Amino acid sequence: MNNLVKPWQRFMPSRTVLIMGLLLYFVGLMAFAMNHKTELKKELPPHVVIRKDSVASVKAFTAVYKVLMSPRCMNCHPQGDIPLQGDDSHLHTMFPKRGLEGKGVLAMKCANCHQPTNTPGLNTPPGNPNWHLPPADMKMVFQGKTPRQLAKQLVDPQLNGHKDMQKLVEHADDGLVKAGWNPGEGRSLPPMSHAEFKKAWITWLSTGAYAPKK
Amino acid sequence: MINLNVNHKKYRIDADPDMPLLWVIRDIIGLTGTKYGCGVAQCGACVIHLNGEAVRSCVTKLSRGAGQEIITIEGLSANNNHPAQVAWNEESVPQCGYCHSGQIMSAAVLLREKPNPTDQDIDDAMAGNICRCGTYLRIRKAIHLAAELQKKEGGTT
Repeated sequence: MNNLVKPWQRFMPSRTVLIMGLLLYFVGLMAFAMNHKTELKKELPPHVVIRKDSVASVKAFTAVYKVLMSPRCMNCHPQGDIPLQGDDSHLHTMFPKRGLEGKGVLAMKCANCHQPTNTPGLNTPPGNPNWHLPPADMKMVFQGKTPRQLAKQLVDPQLNGHKDMQKLVEHADDGLVKAGWNPGEGRSLPPMSHAEFKKAWITWLSTGAYAPKK
Repeated sequence: MINLNVNHKKYRIDADPDMPLLWVIRDIIGLTGTKYGCGVAQCGACVIHLNGEAVRSCVTKLSRGAGQEIITIEGLSANNNHPAQVAWNEESVPQCGYCHSGQIMSAAVLLREKPNPTDQDIDDAMAGNICRCGTYLRIRKAIHLAAELQKKEGGTT
Protein backbone atom coordinates (compact mmCIF):
# COMPACT_ATOMS: atom_id res chain seq x y z
CA MET A 1 0.00 0.00 0.00
CA ASN A 2 2.85 2.28 0.79
CA ASN A 3 4.12 2.04 -2.80
CA LEU A 4 0.82 3.20 -4.30
CA VAL A 5 0.82 6.79 -5.42
CA LYS A 6 -2.37 8.52 -4.55
CA PRO A 7 -3.92 10.90 -7.14
CA TRP A 8 -3.37 14.01 -5.07
CA GLN A 9 0.27 13.01 -4.60
CA ARG A 10 0.78 13.00 -8.40
CA PHE A 11 -0.21 16.63 -8.44
CA MET A 12 3.24 17.71 -7.23
CA PRO A 13 2.27 21.30 -6.54
CA SER A 14 5.81 22.70 -6.43
CA ARG A 15 6.61 21.53 -9.98
CA THR A 16 3.29 22.77 -11.38
CA VAL A 17 3.70 26.13 -9.71
CA LEU A 18 7.23 26.38 -11.11
CA ILE A 19 6.11 25.60 -14.69
CA MET A 20 3.12 27.92 -14.51
CA GLY A 21 5.28 30.61 -13.03
CA LEU A 22 7.79 30.29 -15.86
CA LEU A 23 5.02 30.43 -18.45
CA LEU A 24 3.57 33.54 -16.87
CA TYR A 25 7.02 35.11 -16.73
CA PHE A 26 7.62 34.57 -20.46
CA VAL A 27 4.15 35.83 -21.35
CA GLY A 28 4.80 38.92 -19.25
CA LEU A 29 8.24 39.40 -20.79
CA MET A 30 6.84 39.18 -24.34
CA ALA A 31 4.04 41.59 -23.49
CA PHE A 32 6.56 44.06 -22.05
CA ALA A 33 8.87 43.72 -25.06
CA MET A 34 6.03 44.31 -27.51
CA ASN A 35 4.73 47.22 -25.49
CA HIS A 36 8.24 48.66 -25.17
CA LYS A 37 8.70 48.40 -28.95
CA THR A 38 5.46 50.28 -29.48
CA GLU A 39 6.65 52.97 -27.07
CA LEU A 40 9.95 53.30 -28.93
CA LYS A 41 8.13 53.55 -32.23
CA LYS A 42 6.02 56.34 -30.82
CA GLU A 43 9.12 58.30 -29.78
CA LEU A 44 10.97 58.01 -33.09
CA PRO A 45 9.92 60.18 -36.00
CA PRO A 46 8.59 58.34 -39.02
CA HIS A 47 11.12 57.31 -41.65
CA VAL A 48 11.59 60.04 -44.17
CA VAL A 49 9.90 59.42 -47.46
CA ILE A 50 11.41 61.63 -50.10
CA ARG A 51 8.98 63.12 -52.59
CA LYS A 52 11.02 65.57 -54.57
CA ASP A 53 9.50 69.01 -54.99
CA SER A 54 12.07 71.75 -55.45
CA VAL A 55 9.56 74.61 -55.09
CA ALA A 56 8.11 73.34 -51.80
CA SER A 57 11.60 72.46 -50.57
CA VAL A 58 13.12 75.88 -51.19
CA LYS A 59 10.03 77.54 -49.70
CA ALA A 60 10.32 75.44 -46.55
CA PHE A 61 14.02 76.24 -46.27
CA THR A 62 13.23 79.96 -46.23
CA ALA A 63 11.50 79.37 -42.88
CA VAL A 64 14.25 77.04 -41.67
CA TYR A 65 16.93 79.62 -42.53
CA LYS A 66 15.14 82.34 -40.55
CA VAL A 67 15.26 80.16 -37.44
CA LEU A 68 18.83 78.95 -37.87
CA MET A 69 20.09 82.48 -38.37
CA SER A 70 18.20 83.79 -35.34
CA PRO A 71 20.43 84.53 -32.32
CA ARG A 72 19.11 81.52 -30.42
CA CYS A 73 20.61 79.15 -32.99
CA MET A 74 23.40 81.15 -34.61
CA ASN A 75 25.01 82.32 -31.38
CA CYS A 76 26.38 78.83 -30.82
CA HIS A 77 27.35 78.35 -34.48
CA PRO A 78 29.84 81.23 -34.81
CA GLN A 79 32.45 81.79 -37.52
CA GLY A 80 35.23 82.00 -34.97
CA ASP A 81 35.96 80.00 -31.85
CA ILE A 82 34.20 82.37 -29.46
CA PRO A 83 30.43 81.96 -29.08
CA LEU A 84 28.09 84.88 -29.67
CA GLN A 85 25.76 86.36 -27.12
CA GLY A 86 22.55 88.36 -26.92
CA ASP A 87 19.95 89.34 -29.46
CA ASP A 88 22.59 91.40 -31.29
CA SER A 89 24.92 88.39 -31.49
CA HIS A 90 27.95 90.17 -30.07
CA LEU A 91 31.01 88.17 -29.05
CA HIS A 92 30.42 86.41 -25.73
CA THR A 93 31.81 88.55 -22.92
CA MET A 94 34.96 87.06 -21.34
CA PHE A 95 35.72 85.45 -24.71
CA PRO A 96 35.29 81.79 -23.74
CA LYS A 97 36.82 79.54 -26.40
CA ARG A 98 35.40 76.52 -28.18
CA GLY A 99 38.07 73.97 -27.23
CA LEU A 100 38.47 70.64 -29.02
CA GLU A 101 35.15 69.19 -27.91
CA GLY A 102 33.24 72.48 -28.02
CA LYS A 103 32.92 72.54 -24.24
CA GLY A 104 35.36 75.34 -23.47
CA VAL A 105 38.94 75.35 -22.23
CA LEU A 106 40.87 75.28 -18.96
CA ALA A 107 39.09 77.32 -16.27
CA MET A 108 36.57 78.55 -18.86
CA LYS A 109 34.45 75.50 -19.62
CA CYS A 110 30.86 76.19 -20.68
CA ALA A 111 29.39 74.24 -17.77
CA ASN A 112 31.32 76.36 -15.27
CA CYS A 113 28.64 79.03 -15.73
CA HIS A 114 25.93 77.38 -17.84
CA GLN A 115 24.00 75.15 -15.48
CA PRO A 116 21.75 72.20 -16.38
CA THR A 117 18.79 74.62 -16.29
CA ASN A 118 18.33 78.33 -16.93
CA THR A 119 19.53 80.54 -14.11
CA PRO A 120 16.68 82.70 -12.78
CA GLY A 121 16.87 86.42 -13.53
CA LEU A 122 17.20 88.77 -16.47
CA ASN A 123 20.06 87.93 -18.89
CA THR A 124 21.61 85.40 -16.52
CA PRO A 125 23.37 82.37 -18.04
CA PRO A 126 20.94 80.14 -19.91
CA GLY A 127 21.26 76.45 -19.14
CA ASN A 128 21.11 72.97 -20.56
CA PRO A 129 22.73 69.73 -19.38
CA ASN A 130 24.56 69.47 -22.70
CA TRP A 131 25.56 73.09 -23.29
CA HIS A 132 28.33 73.26 -25.91
CA LEU A 133 29.46 74.58 -29.27
CA PRO A 134 30.10 72.27 -32.21
CA PRO A 135 33.51 70.61 -31.80
CA ALA A 136 36.70 72.02 -33.33
CA ASP A 137 36.85 69.38 -36.07
CA MET A 138 33.22 69.97 -37.17
CA LYS A 139 32.41 73.62 -36.54
CA MET A 140 29.07 73.66 -38.37
CA VAL A 141 29.21 77.43 -38.85
CA PHE A 142 25.92 79.24 -39.45
CA GLN A 143 27.15 82.81 -39.04
CA GLY A 144 27.68 84.54 -42.36
CA LYS A 145 26.29 81.70 -44.48
CA THR A 146 23.91 82.43 -47.33
CA PRO A 147 20.77 80.28 -47.56
CA ARG A 148 22.38 78.25 -50.33
CA GLN A 149 25.64 77.70 -48.42
CA LEU A 150 23.81 76.73 -45.24
CA ALA A 151 21.41 74.36 -47.00
CA LYS A 152 24.30 72.56 -48.70
CA GLN A 153 26.25 72.34 -45.46
CA LEU A 154 23.30 70.94 -43.53
CA VAL A 155 22.93 67.89 -45.76
CA ASP A 156 26.63 67.16 -46.22
CA PRO A 157 27.60 64.44 -43.73
CA GLN A 158 31.21 65.66 -43.88
CA LEU A 159 30.07 69.03 -42.60
CA ASN A 160 26.93 68.32 -40.57
CA GLY A 161 28.28 66.03 -37.88
CA HIS A 162 27.95 62.84 -39.97
CA LYS A 163 24.15 62.96 -39.97
CA ASP A 164 22.15 61.03 -42.52
CA MET A 165 18.61 62.00 -43.47
CA GLN A 166 17.04 60.15 -40.55
CA LYS A 167 19.44 61.70 -38.07
CA LEU A 168 18.75 65.13 -39.53
CA VAL A 169 15.02 64.66 -39.03
CA GLU A 170 15.59 63.53 -35.45
CA HIS A 171 17.88 66.49 -34.78
CA ALA A 172 14.86 68.82 -34.76
CA ASP A 173 14.00 67.30 -31.38
CA ASP A 174 17.53 67.46 -29.96
CA GLY A 175 17.54 68.82 -26.41
CA LEU A 176 19.94 71.66 -27.18
CA VAL A 177 18.05 72.61 -30.35
CA LYS A 178 14.84 72.81 -28.33
CA ALA A 179 16.61 74.91 -25.70
CA GLY A 180 16.46 77.73 -28.26
CA TRP A 181 12.78 78.01 -27.42
CA ASN A 182 13.53 78.21 -23.70
CA PRO A 183 16.23 80.89 -23.74
CA GLY A 184 15.79 82.36 -20.27
CA GLU A 185 14.68 85.85 -19.35
CA GLY A 186 15.71 88.77 -21.54
CA ARG A 187 16.26 86.89 -24.80
CA SER A 188 14.02 86.83 -27.86
CA LEU A 189 12.57 83.59 -29.15
CA PRO A 190 13.24 82.23 -32.64
CA PRO A 191 10.85 83.73 -35.23
CA MET A 192 8.40 80.81 -35.13
CA SER A 193 7.33 78.06 -32.74
CA HIS A 194 9.31 74.86 -32.48
CA ALA A 195 6.39 72.95 -34.00
CA GLU A 196 6.35 75.27 -37.02
CA PHE A 197 10.11 75.01 -37.36
CA LYS A 198 10.03 71.23 -37.16
CA LYS A 199 7.33 71.10 -39.81
CA ALA A 200 9.35 73.34 -42.15
CA TRP A 201 12.52 71.36 -41.40
CA ILE A 202 10.94 68.02 -42.22
CA THR A 203 9.20 69.46 -45.29
CA TRP A 204 12.51 70.80 -46.56
CA LEU A 205 14.25 67.46 -46.04
CA SER A 206 11.44 65.26 -47.31
CA THR A 207 10.97 67.27 -50.50
CA GLY A 208 14.57 66.75 -51.51
CA ALA A 209 16.50 69.25 -49.33
CA TYR A 210 16.96 71.61 -52.26
CA ALA A 211 19.30 74.54 -51.74
CA PRO A 212 18.04 78.00 -52.72
CA LYS A 213 19.81 79.63 -55.66
CA LYS A 214 21.61 82.17 -53.49
CA MET B 1 18.81 66.80 3.54
CA ILE B 2 21.51 67.02 0.90
CA ASN B 3 24.91 65.43 1.33
CA LEU B 4 27.83 67.65 0.43
CA ASN B 5 31.52 66.86 0.35
CA VAL B 6 33.41 70.10 0.87
CA ASN B 7 37.19 70.11 1.29
CA HIS B 8 37.05 66.37 1.96
CA LYS B 9 34.60 66.82 4.84
CA LYS B 10 31.05 65.55 4.71
CA TYR B 11 28.12 67.83 5.49
CA ARG B 12 24.38 67.20 5.64
CA ILE B 13 22.66 70.34 4.48
CA ASP B 14 19.05 71.16 5.28
CA ALA B 15 18.31 73.81 2.67
CA ASP B 16 16.40 74.45 -0.54
CA PRO B 17 18.02 72.43 -3.36
CA ASP B 18 17.87 75.60 -5.49
CA MET B 19 19.97 77.62 -3.02
CA PRO B 20 23.24 78.78 -4.65
CA LEU B 21 26.22 76.75 -3.46
CA LEU B 22 27.92 80.04 -2.57
CA TRP B 23 25.27 80.70 0.07
CA VAL B 24 25.64 77.18 1.45
CA ILE B 25 29.41 77.40 1.59
CA ARG B 26 29.52 80.84 3.19
CA ASP B 27 26.40 81.06 5.34
CA ILE B 28 25.69 77.47 6.33
CA ILE B 29 29.10 75.81 6.36
CA GLY B 30 30.87 79.02 7.34
CA LEU B 31 33.71 79.02 4.82
CA THR B 32 33.92 82.69 3.86
CA GLY B 33 37.02 82.64 1.66
CA THR B 34 34.84 82.30 -1.43
CA LYS B 35 33.42 85.72 -2.28
CA TYR B 36 30.18 87.09 -3.65
CA GLY B 37 30.84 89.47 -6.53
CA CYS B 38 28.11 89.79 -9.13
CA GLY B 39 25.75 86.88 -8.45
CA VAL B 40 25.34 86.15 -12.18
CA ALA B 41 28.55 84.36 -13.21
CA GLN B 42 30.12 87.49 -14.66
CA CYS B 43 33.08 88.18 -12.38
CA GLY B 44 34.61 84.95 -11.06
CA ALA B 45 34.95 85.97 -7.41
CA CYS B 46 32.96 82.91 -6.35
CA VAL B 47 34.94 80.23 -8.22
CA ILE B 48 35.17 76.90 -6.45
CA HIS B 49 36.18 73.49 -7.80
CA LEU B 50 33.32 71.12 -8.51
CA ASN B 51 34.84 67.80 -9.48
CA GLY B 52 37.95 69.74 -10.42
CA GLU B 53 36.26 72.32 -12.64
CA ALA B 54 36.23 76.06 -11.93
CA VAL B 55 32.51 76.56 -11.47
CA ARG B 56 30.83 79.79 -10.45
CA SER B 57 29.20 78.95 -7.14
CA CYS B 58 26.85 81.95 -7.25
CA VAL B 59 24.78 80.36 -10.05
CA THR B 60 25.39 76.71 -9.16
CA LYS B 61 22.52 75.19 -7.25
CA LEU B 62 23.06 73.16 -4.12
CA SER B 63 21.43 70.21 -5.90
CA ARG B 64 24.21 70.15 -8.52
CA GLY B 65 26.80 69.79 -5.79
CA ALA B 66 25.07 66.89 -4.03
CA GLY B 67 27.48 63.98 -3.64
CA GLN B 68 30.15 65.72 -5.76
CA GLU B 69 33.63 66.77 -4.74
CA ILE B 70 33.74 70.45 -3.85
CA ILE B 71 36.95 72.28 -3.03
CA THR B 72 37.02 75.88 -1.87
CA ILE B 73 40.01 78.18 -1.43
CA GLU B 74 40.29 76.92 2.15
CA GLY B 75 40.76 73.36 0.91
CA LEU B 76 43.02 74.01 -2.06
CA SER B 77 46.12 73.02 -0.08
CA ALA B 78 46.99 71.77 3.36
CA ASN B 79 49.01 74.80 4.43
CA ASN B 80 48.22 77.51 1.90
CA ASN B 81 51.13 76.10 -0.07
CA HIS B 82 49.58 75.41 -3.44
CA PRO B 83 52.09 76.77 -5.99
CA ALA B 84 49.57 79.44 -7.00
CA GLN B 85 49.13 80.54 -3.38
CA VAL B 86 52.89 80.66 -2.83
CA ALA B 87 53.39 82.60 -6.07
CA TRP B 88 50.58 85.03 -5.25
CA ASN B 89 52.27 85.76 -1.96
CA GLU B 90 55.70 85.98 -3.54
CA GLU B 91 54.56 88.48 -6.16
CA SER B 92 52.28 90.40 -3.76
CA VAL B 93 49.54 90.07 -6.32
CA PRO B 94 46.45 91.30 -4.45
CA GLN B 95 45.63 94.93 -3.93
CA CYS B 96 42.24 94.90 -2.21
CA GLY B 97 42.24 91.11 -2.47
CA TYR B 98 38.51 90.57 -2.88
CA CYS B 99 38.66 88.68 -6.18
CA HIS B 100 41.75 86.64 -5.49
CA SER B 101 40.33 83.48 -4.02
CA GLY B 102 38.43 83.14 -7.30
CA GLN B 103 41.52 84.08 -9.30
CA ILE B 104 43.62 81.46 -7.52
CA MET B 105 40.98 78.75 -7.94
CA SER B 106 40.86 79.42 -11.69
CA ALA B 107 44.66 79.54 -11.89
CA ALA B 108 44.84 76.17 -10.14
CA VAL B 109 42.71 74.56 -12.86
CA LEU B 110 44.87 76.19 -15.52
CA LEU B 111 48.08 74.93 -13.88
CA ARG B 112 46.68 71.42 -13.63
CA GLU B 113 45.62 71.28 -17.28
CA LYS B 114 48.52 73.33 -18.71
CA PRO B 115 51.52 72.98 -16.39
CA ASN B 116 53.53 75.39 -18.58
CA PRO B 117 50.98 77.95 -19.68
CA THR B 118 51.76 80.60 -22.27
CA ASP B 119 50.46 84.15 -21.95
CA GLN B 120 47.67 83.17 -24.34
CA ASP B 121 46.73 80.17 -22.17
CA ILE B 122 46.60 82.49 -19.16
CA ASP B 123 44.37 84.94 -21.03
CA ASP B 124 42.09 82.10 -22.16
CA ALA B 125 41.81 80.60 -18.70
CA MET B 126 41.57 83.75 -16.63
CA ALA B 127 39.29 85.89 -18.82
CA GLY B 128 36.31 85.09 -16.59
CA ASN B 129 37.95 86.49 -13.47
CA ILE B 130 37.70 90.23 -13.15
CA CYS B 131 39.91 92.35 -10.88
CA ARG B 132 38.74 95.90 -10.24
CA CYS B 133 42.15 96.84 -8.94
CA GLY B 134 43.64 95.81 -12.26
CA THR B 135 46.24 93.40 -10.92
CA TYR B 136 46.23 91.43 -14.16
CA LEU B 137 49.92 91.84 -14.90
CA ARG B 138 50.88 90.56 -11.46
CA ILE B 139 48.41 87.69 -11.85
CA ARG B 140 50.11 86.70 -15.08
CA LYS B 141 53.55 86.94 -13.48
CA ALA B 142 52.41 84.86 -10.51
CA ILE B 143 50.98 82.14 -12.72
CA HIS B 144 54.29 81.84 -14.57
CA LEU B 145 56.06 81.65 -11.22
CA ALA B 146 53.58 79.07 -9.96
CA ALA B 147 54.29 76.96 -13.03
CA GLU B 148 58.00 77.09 -12.15
CA LEU B 149 57.33 76.18 -8.52
CA GLN B 150 55.09 73.35 -9.59
CA LYS B 151 57.81 72.00 -11.86
CA LYS B 152 60.35 72.16 -9.02
CA GLU B 153 57.96 70.31 -6.75
CA GLY B 154 57.75 67.69 -9.47
CA GLY B 155 54.01 67.32 -9.40
CA THR B 156 50.75 68.99 -10.14
CA THR B 157 47.87 69.44 -7.79
